[in-house]
Amino acid sequence: MKFDTPATTNPIDQLKVIGQPLDRIDGPRKVTGTARYAYEQHDVAPNQAYGHVVGSAIAKGKIVSMDLAAARRAPGVLTIVTAQSAGKLGKGKYNTARLLGGPDIEHYHQAVALVVAETFEQARAAAQLVKVRYAEARGAFDLAAVKDRAPDAKPEGESPTQTAVGDFAGAFATAPVKLDQSYSTPDQAHAMMEPHASIAAWDGDKLTLWTSNQMIAWSVGDMAKTLGIPKENVRLVSPFIGGGFGGKLFIRADALLAALGARAAGRPVKVALTRPMMFNNTTHRPATIQRIRIGATPDGKITAIGHESWSGDLKGGGPELATQQTRLLYAGANRMTSLKLAVLDLPEGNAMRAPGEAPGLMALEIAMDEMAEKLGLDPVEFRIRNDTQVDPEKPQRPFSQRRLVECLRIGAERFGWEKRSATPASVRDGKWLVGLGVASAFRNNLVMKSGARATLGRNGIVTVQSDMTDIGTGTYTIIAQTAAEMMGLAIDKVKVELGDSSFPVSAGSGGQWGANSATSGVYAACVKLRDAVVQKLGFNSGDAVFEGGAVKSGNRSVPLAVAAREGDIVGEDTIEFGNLDETHQQSTFGGHFVEVGVEAATGEVRLRRMLAVCAAGRILNPKSARSQVIGAMTMGAGAALMEDLVIDKRRGFFVNHDLAGYEVPVHADIPHQDVVFLDETDPMSSPMKAKGVGELGICGVGAAVANAIYNATGVRVRHYPITLDKLLDRLPSVS
Amino acid sequence: MHFPSDLAATRRDLLIGTAAAVATTSSSSRLAAQAPADIGPVIAPVSFEVNGAQREFSLDARTTLLDALREHLHLNGTKKGCDHGQCGACTVLVDGRRINSCLTLAVMHQGQRVTTIEGLGTPDNLHPMQAAFVKHDGFQCGYCTPGQICSAVGVLDEIKAGVPSHVSADLTATPEGSEAEIRERMSGNICRCGAYSNIVDAITDVSGRKA
Repeated sequence: MKFDTPATTNPIDQLKVIGQPLDRIDGPRKVTGTARYAYEQHDVAPNQAYGHVVGSAIAKGKIVSMDLAAARRAPGVLTIVTAQSAGKLGKGKYNTARLLGGPDIEHYHQAVALVVAETFEQARAAAQLVKVRYAEARGAFDLAAVKDRAPDAKPEGESPTQTAVGDFAGAFATAPVKLDQSYSTPDQAHAMMEPHASIAAWDGDKLTLWTSNQMIAWSVGDMAKTLGIPKENVRLVSPFIGGGFGGKLFIRADALLAALGARAAGRPVKVALTRPMMFNNTTHRPATIQRIRIGATPDGKITAIGHESWSGDLKGGGPELATQQTRLLYAGANRMTSLKLAVLDLPEGNAMRAPGEAPGLMALEIAMDEMAEKLGLDPVEFRIRNDTQVDPEKPQRPFSQRRLVECLRIGAERFGWEKRSATPASVRDGKWLVGLGVASAFRNNLVMKSGARATLGRNGIVTVQSDMTDIGTGTYTIIAQTAAEMMGLAIDKVKVELGDSSFPVSAGSGGQWGANSATSGVYAACVKLRDAVVQKLGFNSGDAVFEGGAVKSGNRSVPLAVAAREGDIVGEDTIEFGNLDETHQQSTFGGHFVEVGVEAATGEVRLRRMLAVCAAGRILNPKSARSQVIGAMTMGAGAALMEDLVIDKRRGFFVNHDLAGYEVPVHADIPHQDVVFLDETDPMSSPMKAKGVGELGICGVGAAVANAIYNATGVRVRHYPITLDKLLDRLPSVS
Repeated sequence: MHFPSDLAATRRDLLIGTAAAVATTSSSSRLAAQAPADIGPVIAPVSFEVNGAQREFSLDARTTLLDALREHLHLNGTKKGCDHGQCGACTVLVDGRRINSCLTLAVMHQGQRVTTIEGLGTPDNLHPMQAAFVKHDGFQCGYCTPGQICSAVGVLDEIKAGVPSHVSADLTATPEGSEAEIRERMSGNICRCGAYSNIVDAITDVSGRKA
């Protein structure tokens, strides 16, 4: 199905199942421990051996020699895979560094060997016996030190990295009120709860991988490319994924080494990365240094806005797109953005939840708060005054829907914003300095080609199959809701099977495109299935209605199952998107509101209240969508207050590479969270009229926390995370 | 009321135990590096009860309780999130008290009673805490969930037994099942999907207090 004209009324609009806050259909399995994740597929292939990964002890250089003798002699050891023994390997399209290093080493903890043994304990013990001699080379590990030599980042696809509209320099120079500030965000880790894990089994030259992966088709392609085998010989199965956040968009060392280990051992091999290896072996969100300049008239109209960002990555890698939102979020005739990319020899930087916008808004939305204060304007009002209903770079191009102002107004009203004191450090609650902060949320709505197959069985059950993944986002449930709505069934008459590359290729889970794109693919498959059913029953397709488990036309009503009496009926299709995303800018919007308490003597920050108001098209399931948003708000709170991969700048690695050192929010850090979704449909986005919310929730929330801390204390911190050492010496004197 | 002092003793034991384990690992790898890599693993018999059934094992002495459950009994509900006692995904109940099963060796549990998530309820017959997690959407990816639920069941029992926490204002008074108490006591169970707000609602619901 081609989607190239705005959606009109369709069966989804009935909202009998779609739009309902239903419990997750996979919920009972998840809460009873019977949902099986990659490493737990004990029965899919017999005689599984265990692989343990050895990581490089240097960040850059060469392996001089490897002594495997002791490891080979260790009890239970079956084989050891190294770059030397693995044969020629390619590199995946989506990988920057090779997944198996040697002799060249590209980053710390790059995998250099896999020790395969009969048991986990034996593999782990033997891996300690692998002796590697390295020749260490000098590397660049400090973004600030190399920033000024960083060239312009190369454009990726059609998205330019340098933009200019009007006369930014002139307008900024002459602006009556202006701000020119620098901000920084640190490297951050996905730290999903399930470590990267895979089980590999070969059947002749055919490989099956049970793995934990967000993008099945990408990863089939990259696994085939890396191994140098045809794509048809690779099958990936990933029914449950214990969190991804972008860290499982690609195949990683566990998958490749399981495949190589299984080939070398001649039997299935399972590999999980250990938690301490994940932080340097896999990808992370790169640090940024950002400079923002805003010029405005005294009444608060932005006349010039400029955003520059510096980030680093391995050679051949890409920039953190931290200036993206600044091209679209606020009005202003004169504007520029610039992305610079330095080469760093740290582990590979890549996408983490809302790449670009998450760190970009952490800076931009502090800048907006600072600017509002310079103008003597309320920060909500300042944002509203600079709303735009068109793409500010191309005014002939409207937003398909843009209700940022409503998000901010409703949020302000619900949160009691009018009680905020504009004077920082003026509200006390016992030992706590109390402040409120606001930020805009913004994230583009991407649409991706997505396929599905819907099969009606003679029992009246519709089974939907797609290689789409559920990474905790609620995909199983919203796909079931879509099929139920389309076929006129109750949700328990729909079965959903996901995450298998033998199913039709879907959008996959990334960039908050999954929900809207994948359910649109299911919509398209169900349209095909409806046609086939109508034809089978000899109904007039024009007036057939699917409801209550039956197909109705005129005064005829036939149970749906009857159509499949002689055998399964299959509908399979792929939704493809035309250029509506070019004629109309499709984005999602929100307002974040945060109340913090800062301990007057110690500078300890406690979140007291959080609210997000979101406008993101049709909300397919308000319960799971709300969970997406509160989860993103939690991750954003972590980014604001604690998350920081600390670099050893001599040796070039992230020092705090476990969950004790890399702190993420825990129960005690997070208060009750409220989420409001505006009632919205966006017919430009898809037949579902939905958009994504999974990333919107993290966009801006960090700055809302920072702005609340400023309001509480009068201390403006522009370098994340806002830990108490950055507040202590500037806190108001304790009275 | 022996519970609090027992708990303190357990924590001390745990610290000693951890230090000893570290020392053993490093010395054994030195030993192994010197020569006799052909010394096989020490296999030890152990038996304990898992979800009401008596289980007999013959295990490599290095096998954690977590790996005994996952890799030997194929009870996959108990998750390995960090293998270091930092995330709580492996939380199980041993003799009614919650522990990180990755931080304890299987052979240390001779004769004890282990309850895993599978022992609390099944998809068709959910434990009230499991049902509350579904109702309040107290999870997303589901990987920390069995640990959160086992921990939550343990927390409510601890509060009932009068065990104080860091946020209890009075160490001798009966603690309340307030949201602050729940958040504090649940803080050893990380949920990176960030379902905390919903998890607290689920636990509060089961505890009988108004959310």
